[in-house]
Amino acid sequence: MSETVVIAEISKGKINPVTNELVNAASKLGSNCTLIIPCVDSSIADSASEMASVSKVIAAKASLFENYDAAGWAQALDSISPNGIIITSASAQSKDLAARIAARRGISVVQDVIGINGNNLSTPIYSGKAIQTVSFSGDTVISIRANIFDAVGNDGNCEVQVIDASGNVTAAVRELVERASTRLDVSEANIIISGGRGMGSPTNFSHLEKIADTLGAAVGASRAAVDTWDEIPHSMQVGQTGKTVNPNLYIAVGISGAIQHLAGMRSSKYIVAINKDPDAPIFQHADYGIVSTWEEALPVLSSALSNLLN
Amino acid sequence: MKIAVLVKQVPDTNSKIQISGDRVDLSSVKMVMSPYDEFAVENAIRHKESAGGTVTAVTVGGASADKVLKDAKAIGVDEIMRIESDSYMDSNSLQTILSEVIGSEGFEVIYCGKSAADTGAGSTGPGVAEKLGWASVSNVTDISFDGGIITNSPAEGGNAIIDVSIPAVITCDKGSIKVRKPNVKGIMMAKRAQVDVKSAQAPASSVTIVSHSMPPAKPAGKKFDGGQSAETVVDLLRNEANII
Repeated sequence: MSETVVIAEISKGKINPVTNELVNAASKLGSNCTLIIPCVDSSIADSASEMASVSKVIAAKASLFENYDAAGWAQALDSISPNGIIITSASAQSKDLAARIAARRGISVVQDVIGINGNNLSTPIYSGKAIQTVSFSGDTVISIRANIFDAVGNDGNCEVQVIDASGNVTAAVRELVERASTRLDVSEANIIISGGRGMGSPTNFSHLEKIADTLGAAVGASRAAVDTWDEIPHSMQVGQTGKTVNPNLYIAVGISGAIQHLAGMRSSKYIVAINKDPDAPIFQHADYGIVSTWEEALPVLSSALSNLLN
Repeated sequence: MKIAVLVKQVPDTNSKIQISGDRVDLSSVKMVMSPYDEFAVENAIRHKESAGGTVTAVTVGGASADKVLKDAKAIGVDEIMRIESDSYMDSNSLQTILSEVIGSEGFEVIYCGKSAADTGAGSTGPGVAEKLGWASVSNVTDISFDGGIITNSPAEGGNAIIDVSIPAVITCDKGSIKVRKPNVKGIMMAKRAQVDVKSAQAPASSVTIVSHSMPPAKPAGKKFDGGQSAETVVDLLRNEANII
């Protein structure tokens, strides 16, 4: 059996739980799984020793893993990964890394995989308006969408090996990172509440922010809202020309459901739609639809959630 | 500065995608420049306006792809180049011919969209950079050309401000800049412009397309009338969906 390498997804200096989903995806490719954890401090790898379905854990320790640099990370991770299939998450950063590692090895990359069946991989194309199934042969780098595969449990037991991955890697980019405290980004959130032009004005997004704070959610927007109001930045845009998201819960408020928007959020696990127009296309994709103005529905939603969660 | 911008022709993002047999049928779909490539073209032209030099738009495809090059020319690029290809290529094959041609033409900076609106993969920019041994910065929203190339891109918990050393590939997201539209003079010039057609030998693809299909339809949901029903929905999210 060939080796499969999973590169752990790191968020805020910890192993992101999506890594357990990546390991499950790796096991569907029927191979021995080595988990590589890019880190500055190898103690973050300790928790991975219990991850099920993993035969080897490598803590790849290097100071360059402090901040993302595409060329440096690809070089360091390529140098310690055995040949075989390499699996990463499909976050923006990890897709970038996956592409560089594949190019470095002269092999192909398949991004945003949502289905594995033998050597067939399915990926959304046209932002999910259609599904493409491809067949791969030989070593390949594969990025896996979050919230698609079940997570493996933490009932395994294997040793963590620490490898110095710093080598003679030189970061090709001089980087000055300015960390601003911003709201949770839609691409990182498990719950998203989005507003459309039906919100009437950008100041009314404060009602969405209040609910987002209760839920620990990110606030998103439709393209119509972003194009109409300068106060709503493109970074909030969900859709084919914005961000494609698949959170556990997506709440669409005052969004009619243009094909462009649906393409970016239709794969969310649960969709709630609030719209005053009972014929809005968004309702065809909603698990739970509320035919109402946002002015009537949001205060009720907000207090019901506060009672439940606070 | 010798600047290249990679552009790709894709179905208009407002169009409905249909399947015929087991392949996507694009015969009645309007083809346009991939939206993020418009920002790449704009940034490439701004870079030239600041540093001097030339901008060459590059695409890969058959003669029908000349339209996207003419569109780029009408917006304001200097040269247009097409790498001849009429068949599907996987990421390694595509990046190999792009990097061979780009490497031999002496470009110093390459701009491209953060991903194309058809595959959404976003592999081409970083992949070509790696094959050329260049730096790359992805998902850039804003660029300043005062004393170099200073990019702004999202990073965990904020934004990364990066002073990019060339040669480099920069993949572009929508940012605060407005893209310029072609004017009448540009459109006239584009009509007469010659496409520099290059041929390149692509290695065999190890990834091949098996089929296209429509996404599975979602079972009908529950619909309620009136704002008060938000309370019922919260209850369902907790007790039926087990999601909150």
